[in-house]
Amino acid sequence: MRHTLSIIVADQPGELSRIVGLFSARGFNIETISVGETLDPRWSRVTIVTRGDDRTIEQIVKQCERLARVREVHDVTTRPHIEREMALITVDASAGVGRQEVLSLVNVFRAKVVDISHSQLIVEASGNKEKVDTFIELLRPLGIADITRTGHIAINRLAAGEERNTHEHLLR
Amino acid sequence: MTTETLIENIATRQPPVAPLAEGATGAEILIDTLTYEGVDTIFGYPGGAVLHIYDELWRARDRITHYLVRHEQGAVHMAEGYARASGRVGVALVTSGPGATNAVTGIANAYMDSTPLVVITGQVPKHLIGTDAFQEVDTVGITRPCVKHNYLVREASDIAGIVREAFYLARSGRPGPVVIDIPKDVSAAKTSYSRLDHVGFPFSGDVSLVDRASLERALEGLLNAKRPVLYVGGGIANSGAHESLQMFAETLRLPVAPTLMGLGGFPSAHPLSLGMLGMHGTYAANMAVAQSDLLFAVGVRFDDRVTGKLATFAPQARVIHIDIDPANIGKNVAPCLSIAADARQALLSLLAISREQDQQELQKALDAREVWWEQIRAWQQLQPLRFTGSLCQIKPQKVITELHRLTNGDAIITTDVGQHQMWVAQFYPFKRPRQLITSGGLGTMGFGLPAAIGAQVAFPHQPIVAVVGDGGFQMTNQELATAVQYELPVKILIMNNGYLGMVRQWQEMFYDRTYSEVDISVAPDFVKLAEAFGALGLRAERPDELHDVLAAALAHKGVVVIDVVVSKEENVFPIVPAGANSSDMILQTEGV
Repeated sequence: MRHTLSIIVADQPGELSRIVGLFSARGFNIETISVGETLDPRWSRVTIVTRGDDRTIEQIVKQCERLARVREVHDVTTRPHIEREMALITVDASAGVGRQEVLSLVNVFRAKVVDISHSQLIVEASGNKEKVDTFIELLRPLGIADITRTGHIAINRLAAGEERNTHEHLLR
Repeated sequence: MTTETLIENIATRQPPVAPLAEGATGAEILIDTLTYEGVDTIFGYPGGAVLHIYDELWRARDRITHYLVRHEQGAVHMAEGYARASGRVGVALVTSGPGATNAVTGIANAYMDSTPLVVITGQVPKHLIGTDAFQEVDTVGITRPCVKHNYLVREASDIAGIVREAFYLARSGRPGPVVIDIPKDVSAAKTSYSRLDHVGFPFSGDVSLVDRASLERALEGLLNAKRPVLYVGGGIANSGAHESLQMFAETLRLPVAPTLMGLGGFPSAHPLSLGMLGMHGTYAANMAVAQSDLLFAVGVRFDDRVTGKLATFAPQARVIHIDIDPANIGKNVAPCLSIAADARQALLSLLAISREQDQQELQKALDAREVWWEQIRAWQQLQPLRFTGSLCQIKPQKVITELHRLTNGDAIITTDVGQHQMWVAQFYPFKRPRQLITSGGLGTMGFGLPAAIGAQVAFPHQPIVAVVGDGGFQMTNQELATAVQYELPVKILIMNNGYLGMVRQWQEMFYDRTYSEVDISVAPDFVKLAEAFGALGLRAERPDELHDVLAAALAHKGVVVIDVVVSKEENVFPIVPAGANSSDMILQTEGV
């Protein structure tokens, strides 16, 4: 099963390679990895998407927790969560029907055109893995020249209740 | 010790010397912090990148004794022998590049056997890092998978805090090696320094308290079990749990099966001891585990040399696993109950809880276990450890029993890896923890001699015998010079069969006797070699010489190499073939 792990690690040189090295040394697999600052700049958040049965995931979590500079490891997947990934996709789209088709897909997927030339478009898409995958699949017959994907980031959903509703209201 | 008391102790400890005035160099800070940590012994080898440190070390020679080794692998093995004999943190110091790469085997060995070490490596100056400079290697990168933690020091002002944390990490939790890589310019740089700058460090982990409810369930499981086995390992010695283990086993009349690393954690001659379990374990220990309904595992990691084929390991047993490293729990075997805790704390708490039990009920549970003990005794009588004697050849097992007799079972024994190691494990009954210093996890040939030297440094007056094979001895025999130079009177007992014995045994048993590249009978004359190093060399070739030669060697005041020519094609039995069920032991060669 696919799990998304969120690892809080000290923002120091070499710490990311410690985590990545641990995965390869112990035969765990990394599907995607992304790293960024947290609220506190001394700590980074590493988000790793990996696959394995419950025991494997438990081992990965414990092995990561053993690292001296890792503060905490969460399996985000165990609770309701939001996952996002961004992709930049270069698509063949000469003026005419081809371009119109790309643009209508962009519209359906709420993606964004971020660059354009006579023959190509660069499209920015974001969403969960399935959405990005589907978008790419639908674009493929039109001719994709290049793709770059960020890998997943994830965060647990807020607890249900009034507070959340208030926030959603504010967001609208 | 909790983190709080540790920090408190450090804060209240009086500095051994007056604080350094008006700033200090990185090297000065390093030596001062080492002194502050109580280090009085370093094993090392100088080189370009550590010149500043060696210069400072010379000035501190009244406080810190440096042992100049002959190869960096030897330095780290010595530090490990020192640490495992004494329970202190071992310290090694080597230069950059080849100094660091030579040290890697020693570091990996300490990592696998959970030995607390601080290894200091020199590095090229910061501005040369990444330029493929002379004697540059990415030490932090190379050692990353085999250390608890490592550091590349960037500022001299960081040294004190890093050294302090390194010692804390090395000895806390599951102990292990920590590497500190110090660029040459950092050890030369001057900075302001006060010893109390670094009392607290930000990343120290908390020592968790043992959960009483889990312990109660564990004890309940034990009392309900009909066929329990206590499976204990290196965690016993590391946590100083041997006394509590013995009380615990005696109180609950539990059969005890130690691993190789657990030997000495429970007295081998104790009536509750089944002897070592695993690949070359005793028949009784492996049968008991195979038939047990409760495996109570303390300070162990379910190594493949213990379990054999995992799917059929202790098939009827529920497993209760106590280990200080949470990652060890559930790694190979899924327990029904697990407690991530220090072995000593857990055992003491279990003892306390057992005292609160209804003593009559307790007695009833123990009485019901008599059937199990009868079964175990039957196994012990059916297949005790044994070997066939000989009048014309020296049997390697006989060498160990003779060594045991002549040393009163008191010597500290170190070994390499292989047949001789297994014979030591089988035929030298250990009395106390830290008495056997062997390369358990990594299985390093050449470990025994330097480890013995390190142990002798820790215990100058204790008889220390390195039992090694003729193969392993030739991997680190240059350290004889170190032993002679510092008058460390280790005894090196070579079990000389002219073969890489364990490999040959596997080729005999599992590869149709194709002895591919295992004949090392073209070897130096070990007696002359010893003499060339300034040590005493003795040889025993016939059974009637064995006693006198061993006795003479043990009585000698200096370093002795004893070349014992043993029967060439002896095999270690019992053996569980790799990947087989642990109850499917081969007890001896057919027709013998």
